[in-house]
Order: sequence, then C-alpha cells, then structure tokens
Amino acid sequence: MKFHEMTAHELSALMQQGQVSAEEITRDHIKHVEQVEPSVCSMVSKTESIALDRAKEIDQKRASGEVLSPLAGIPMGIKDNISTKGVRTTCSAKMLENYIPTYDAHVMEKLHEAGGVMLGKLNMDEFAMGSSTENSRFFTTKNPWDLSCVPGGSSGGPAACVSAGEVVFSLGSDTGGSIRQPASLCGLVGLKPTYGRVSRYGLIAFASSLDQIGPFTKDVEDAALVMETIAGYDRRDSTSADVAVPRYRDYLNQDIKGMRIGVPREYFAEGLEETTVSLVKQAIKKFEDLGAIVEEISMPYTAYALAVYYIIAPAECSSNLARFDGVRYGYRDETAEDIFSMYTKTRAEGFGHEVKKRIMLGTYALSSGYYDAYYKKAQQVRTLIKQDFDRAFETYDLLLTPTAIGPAFKFGEKSQDPLSMYLSDICTVTINLAGVPALSMPCGFVNGLPVGLQLVAAPFAEGTIFKAAHAYEQATEFHKKRPVLEV
Amino acid sequence: MTQYEAVIGLEVHVELKTKTKIFCSCSTEFGKAPNSHVCPVCLGLPGVLPVLNKKVVEFGIRTGLALHADINRRNKFDRKNYYYPDLSKNFQTSQFDQPICEHGALTIDLENGEKKVIGITRAHMEEDAGKLVHNGNTISVSSGSLVDYNRVGVPLLEIVSEPDMRSAEEAKAYVDELKKIIQYIDVSDCKMEEGSLRVDANVSVRPIGQIDFGTRTETKNMNSFKALQRAIDYEIARQIETIESGGTIVQETRTWDDERGMTLSMRSKEEAHDYRYFPEPDLAPIVISEEWIEEVRRQLPELPQSRRSRLVLEDGLSLYDATVITDTLAMADFYDRVRMGIDDAKSIANLLMGDLSKSLNELGSSVDESNIDPAHVIELIRLMYDGTISGKIAKQVIPEMLKTGDMPKKIVEEKGLVQMSDEGALEAIVLSVLQENPQSVEDYKNGKDKAVGFLVGQVMKATKGKANPGLVNKLLKEKLSLN
Repeated sequence: MKFHEMTAHELSALMQQGQVSAEEITRDHIKHVEQVEPSVCSMVSKTESIALDRAKEIDQKRASGEVLSPLAGIPMGIKDNISTKGVRTTCSAKMLENYIPTYDAHVMEKLHEAGGVMLGKLNMDEFAMGSSTENSRFFTTKNPWDLSCVPGGSSGGPAACVSAGEVVFSLGSDTGGSIRQPASLCGLVGLKPTYGRVSRYGLIAFASSLDQIGPFTKDVEDAALVMETIAGYDRRDSTSADVAVPRYRDYLNQDIKGMRIGVPREYFAEGLEETTVSLVKQAIKKFEDLGAIVEEISMPYTAYALAVYYIIAPAECSSNLARFDGVRYGYRDETAEDIFSMYTKTRAEGFGHEVKKRIMLGTYALSSGYYDAYYKKAQQVRTLIKQDFDRAFETYDLLLTPTAIGPAFKFGEKSQDPLSMYLSDICTVTINLAGVPALSMPCGFVNGLPVGLQLVAAPFAEGTIFKAAHAYEQATEFHKKRPVLEV
Repeated sequence: MTQYEAVIGLEVHVELKTKTKIFCSCSTEFGKAPNSHVCPVCLGLPGVLPVLNKKVVEFGIRTGLALHADINRRNKFDRKNYYYPDLSKNFQTSQFDQPICEHGALTIDLENGEKKVIGITRAHMEEDAGKLVHNGNTISVSSGSLVDYNRVGVPLLEIVSEPDMRSAEEAKAYVDELKKIIQYIDVSDCKMEEGSLRVDANVSVRPIGQIDFGTRTETKNMNSFKALQRAIDYEIARQIETIESGGTIVQETRTWDDERGMTLSMRSKEEAHDYRYFPEPDLAPIVISEEWIEEVRRQLPELPQSRRSRLVLEDGLSLYDATVITDTLAMADFYDRVRMGIDDAKSIANLLMGDLSKSLNELGSSVDESNIDPAHVIELIRLMYDGTISGKIAKQVIPEMLKTGDMPKKIVEEKGLVQMSDEGALEAIVLSVLQENPQSVEDYKNGKDKAVGFLVGQVMKATKGKANPGLVNKLLKEKLSLN
C-alpha cells in the first residue's frame, strides 16, 4: 500500500519500526498533493517547506531516542478558520484573504507538541457558513469520489483533503454539521466532540455556543488518536470543560453486546433519500448482529431544531463577525471617505452573499422588540431539545441516525435553493443545539458515493461512540475503500 | 409664574484599579505608549476568547457592600453591540439584565446640615473602550484618526443612581461622596481628569407639585466637578426656558462643550443605538457564594460617613474639620494613627489640615505618598508640648521633614532650631530690644497694648525665631511694668 493511502496508526507503527522516516512520508504526501490537488482543490495555502522542516525535526527526535506521540511525523491539514501563527488563516473569505494570525489556536499548540506535520490550510464555506463549500470566496472543492459533486460543507476542504489522501487526517469545525456532513459525503470518520471537550481558543467563531473543533480521519482508531491529543481543558476558553480526557484507544476492540441503541424516528423524516434509509437500516441490522439492543424511540422536539438553529447561529454570528470592519486587520475598502462608508463598503464587499444573509437574519432576531419572540424563545426551545437527549440517555447508551439526507450532490444543485440546503442539515443541527458528541462514519455506497451514519452519545461519552464505531468498523469493509482519482 | 424643580439621576463609570484587564492579562496602567498594553484578546483578533478576571467581581462585591446594595448571587455577562473604532470587537461585554449590584443607597450631607439618601438603582461590570485621536475635532470632520487600544478591556463599574437629586449641588455632593467611598474601599483612583471617573447626567424639569417626570436628556463629556455642576445648571435653565417659551424637550443625548459653556445635541432617541443585547456565549455564568461575600465584607474599611460621625461625636471635632480629615482614606487613617499617640484631637486636626496639608500641597504630594509616618507627627507635636520648639518653628520643620524623611527631633537638633528658653540669655536680648525701641515702650505706657506684639516680633527677629514666645511675652511684660 502507498503511504498516502494509509492511516496514522499504520504509518506511526512503520516509523516506530524504523521502516520509514517522517521525511519520506511527508515527501510522499507532498508529491501526491501535487498530483491530485489541481483536481480536488482542497487547499487554500500550502505549507510544504514548514512541513519538511517539522518532519526532519521529528526524525531527529526519534533518532535520539525520544518517545513520541503516535501523531509525530503524520501529515495533517487544518481548516482555514483555525488560527495558525505565521500562516495565513482566511476562513475562505475575502475579508481575511491576507490575515496572518500572531498566535496559534489551542489545538495547534497541542498538535505541534504531538509532532503533527501541517501540509496546508484547507478550504471551507466562507466563515463556515454553508453545506457544500460552494460559498468559499476563492474556489470550490471537489468530492474525490466524484469530481462533479460537492464534498459537503462547511469543512469541505478538510474532508476532501483526507479522502483524496493529501493528508492523513485533518481538523474541521462543526457548528451545525460542518464536520459530520462532509465526512458522510466523503466516506470518512468525522467527530463533533461534546461542547467544551476541545478548546475553541483560536477558532474563528461562527456561533460561539455551537462551534466545536473535531477530526476527520480514515478510520475510528485515528479519530481516537487525534482526540487524545486535542481534547482537554484550556483556561483560555471559559466554556472548555475541566473533565479528564480518557485514553480513547482503550475503547477500541471492545464487545458491544448488550449496548442499548436508540433510533429516533424523527430523524427519518420526509426528504431523506430512500437509498440512505436502506443503508442505515442495514447498519442497524449489523449492530444487532454484534449484540446491541436497538429500539425505535421518539424525540419530539427535533421538529423545532432547524428553526431554533437558524435563529441562534445567525444571532451569534451577527455579533461575532462585527469585528471585521476594516479598522484593524483584513480587507478595507480604500475608496471610503468617512468612517460610516468605510464600515458599509468594507462589509458589503468583504463578505459574501450567504454571510451577509446570516448577519442580517441574526441582527433582526436580536433587535429590540423581536428578541423575546425569536432569540429568547429559541433558547427556551433549545432547553427542551436538550431535555429530549437527557431523557434518551437515561435509557440508551447511544443514538443512531443518518448523517445527511443523501450522498454528495452536484455543484449548483442546491445552491440555488437555500431552503433545501438548510434542510439538508436536519440530522446534524440538533446535536449542536444539545451540545452532545456525534460521529459520522461510512455505512455503504450509492452509485459509488459514500453514505454515512451518525452515532450520538451523552456529554463527554465520546468513548462510548468510539467503542460502538470501532466494533461496527471491524465488522464492515467500507472504511477500507478509497476513491480513485484520475491523475 | 410656574416654579420648576429639576430631577437628576447620574450614571457614573469608574475604572477599577485591578492590575490586569477584565478579560486578559494585559496591564491596566495609565499613560503608557499607545498600543503597548495589548494582546490578541483585547485587540479582538479573530478566534480569541475572554477569561474573566475574578478581581473585577470582588471589586464589584466590595462596591455593592459599601453602597448597601444587594449582591446578585448569579451573574452573567451580555454583549452590547454597536460599531465604533475604539471598540475592538464592535461589541462591549457588559451586564444587561442581571447586574452584580442592585437597590443600594448613599447618604449625602446637604448645605443646610440635613442628610439626604440617594438611591442606587444598580451597578454592573463591563469593559472600557479604547481611545481615538482625531486629526481634527471629531471623527466626522477628521482627515484621519488613530486608535489606542491600551484602555480597551480595562474593567469598569457603571453605577446608576435613582433620579433622586434636585440640584447641581446635590449631584456634586453625590459624586463627591461616591468618589470618597470608592477611594476608601480602594477599587478605583477616581481621577476625573484621567478618565477613571466619568459621569453622565440625566436631567429633566417639572413644575413643582407635578408627580410625573418631565422628558429627560442625557448629558455626557463633563471632565471635572465644575463642569458637572455647570452642565447640569445649564441644562436645567435650558429646559425651563424651552418649556416657558412654548417648546418641548426632546429626549436625546447631549454633550457638554466646556469652552462654550453649553450642552449640544449629539443624537436623538430615534437615532439611538439598538444595542441588541444578548447573553455573552463565550463566558459561563458566575455564581457568587455567601462565603465570598462574607470574606469581602470582613475586609471592608470603615466608610467615610461613619468616620465623620466618629470624629465629631467621639473626638469632638467640628463637622467641617471631620469632613476635611476624612476626605481621603490616607488622611483619615493617618489621623487615627497620630491620635493613638496624642490625646488632643483638635491640635492634630489643626496641624494636619494646616501646616502639613499646606506643605504637602506645595510638593504636590499626599500623606500616603510622602516621606513621613504618623510617628513623625507624633514626635513633632510632643516637641511643641514640651516647649522644645514653638509652632512657628514647627512650620520650618515640616517641609524639611517631608523633604528628608528625618525625624523632627533630629532636624531641630541639626538645624539648631531648639527654642531659646534660657531666661538669662533672653532677658539680655529683651533689654536691648527695649533700649532700641523707646517709642514702642512709650506707646505701651500710653495704653497701646499692641506695642507688645511689635516688641515680641523684634525679639523673635533677633533670635531668628527661636525664642520661646511665652517666655518672651512674660519677660517683656515684666520689664515694661518695671519701667
């Protein structure tokens, strides 16, 4: 097998055995990036020379006998809304096209410590708003399984990049499904951790009470590895939880006999494609074969999740994105003659259509006279949605749902119809509102395009997810399939 | 003619003197090079998050307790959204509907000797904005503006009073007392000229006897106590004049123009911001425990109102003296410590308020910043008591003491300032003065008692002020009556 088709734990074992160096692995990936990137288009910035220096450092450390993290020397890619000191961080936005952070995000400090080798910063929907990466202000990213299809979004770059083998793993961010939906569309494992599990320090905020950073990997074991590295309390993020991080790998290779899995019927609502439903049902059967007890349940407040999400997320974004005004950094319209026109021109041109739409929605929802009817009401319903989950987890260890309403769609297919684009988030947004962890993993293919299932657990029970996901993965072959890219 | 009364409520912003800012670890020091106390967090760079400085909450509790307010056990922060270049995130993190303190009160002394209680609606924690420097008068006519973010994120407490004041004098007395309390509890320097105490005044007028409030205006930009009083007086007069001439008061924000001595319209109610407050999602709610409140309460010093009463009732000082002595905590504490060594409150008050304050003012200093301890003053007063020096010599010792930090006894000895109490030596000088001034002697005999004063002065002159004045008086009178 070629290096760029392997997982982090496989490559790490080879390095430890002395069969290959970090530099060789990095060079192999750089070469592969050169070959496939022109068709995949996942990278906003490439950082090959920094990567090679890092890889050489790792090799020296290993040679001197240092005990290294399993991620040491592993090529990775980072979504372009995670701050990287000295490396352009654009959010795929004209507003931040030339913005270079002066500090590293918490997750970057953790990955540097572990010895991860960053090959590039990855494309996304502008400011993480979208479900197809078509809202990037720079270019669209293609789905490696079918270049005429979208990779999903907003973390389309991180998904496509791993799927195409350009990097071994990547980090994305998930506000309403931005990790799980592209993971589903690109045939990967993607995890949105519990809110507060991973520090948001350095993640350019979209919606503060919903955003979480999480990994894209080729299999469950790699996801556990990355989570062991990036999870944990950070005093710089007041919403990060001071809860010990377990050794997630201890949850792998476990028996799931007797595990109780709930399948909420509201997640199989209208709009879900038949082929997806049947693949998820086959997966349910597989879990039963493995000894899990699967039961249909009801989570009645699911019906309100999209409405609640499209009030809370835009409201927070309207405030979070206020700082992009041309005063301190980023894009500024130079023709403005006074402060007011500088603000309006800078923001009118610096932001794309979708971002402006959400800022306006959020501004409206927070306006005096509307606050109680919209934002406050939405927060109250959010509490009810959380209670749905609390109740479910009194009885069940996990919930199992589809991740997306169908496999990857064609470019332009939904971008003309915003409502259908918003509706495609139906299975994922509820999870962010509840703050619980959820993972998407492949459960089959439709016409050669991957389809994902979603496993949901109680807060901080990522271990339970890994346990079930690994058992299922070991019993199936979907994760071994790689897209064939004509180069 | 209709008689009007003014209704005044004040919003006071005080900068809290924490070492670091409210949401990051940058220094709060005033007057440093522009943008030298900044970091990604207070600059609002993409991706940063706030971390609350617990000291700010402690200062909030302390202020609430000193103002007899209720301390809310559950606190949260909210975002106040508006655009201005001095605000690095274009929202201010503040407290909207759950302020740390509510329902407080403060007592002011009125000129007629009565006391008046002014209600305090609320006090809440928030962050300060930066400073704009315009290449022109205002941002709209400026060809360019520079921003200094050193002040952004400096913690503020906004203290909002009830509309309980009825004149500019009462407003001044309120701010004066509030300032004193805040300085006593050591949560702010309250320097109006450095902007660490800022006052906005809500003013309306109504015919006397009317229960409903008139339409109010909010006046900003008053940078001194004098400006505060002038602005309120101007606003009261303007509003009465407007109503009398058939006009109506517009609810608006006005700014005080100190040079022109008038308030000017800034923005009307229609132009007012919709701040779109919502709970700050980046900060978890803060729960204040009973233990924390009790710990802060134990550390509270005796407050100005109670000190004044004690100095009047127990030490027998006049209200005026007690007010001057307790004006600053430093002076009040200094007084108390001197008082432990000297059982004569009036003498201490006279010395502290008189010669010592005068010398400190000349140096631009204060007791807590000076070279001297209460021990210096105790020794000085004792030297006067035992006749080693006169009050006149004390005036020479004080500046020297402040300059060098030396003890008074040492200064008196080194400078040879010991009072001349040797009767024999003084007698010789008295006799020669009498000889040299026959006219004065004649005057005295003709019943002009004043002549003694002149002769005492001559003796003092001859002894370079060191003669014991009591002894000189006694000797002079003896000799004069002999003559």
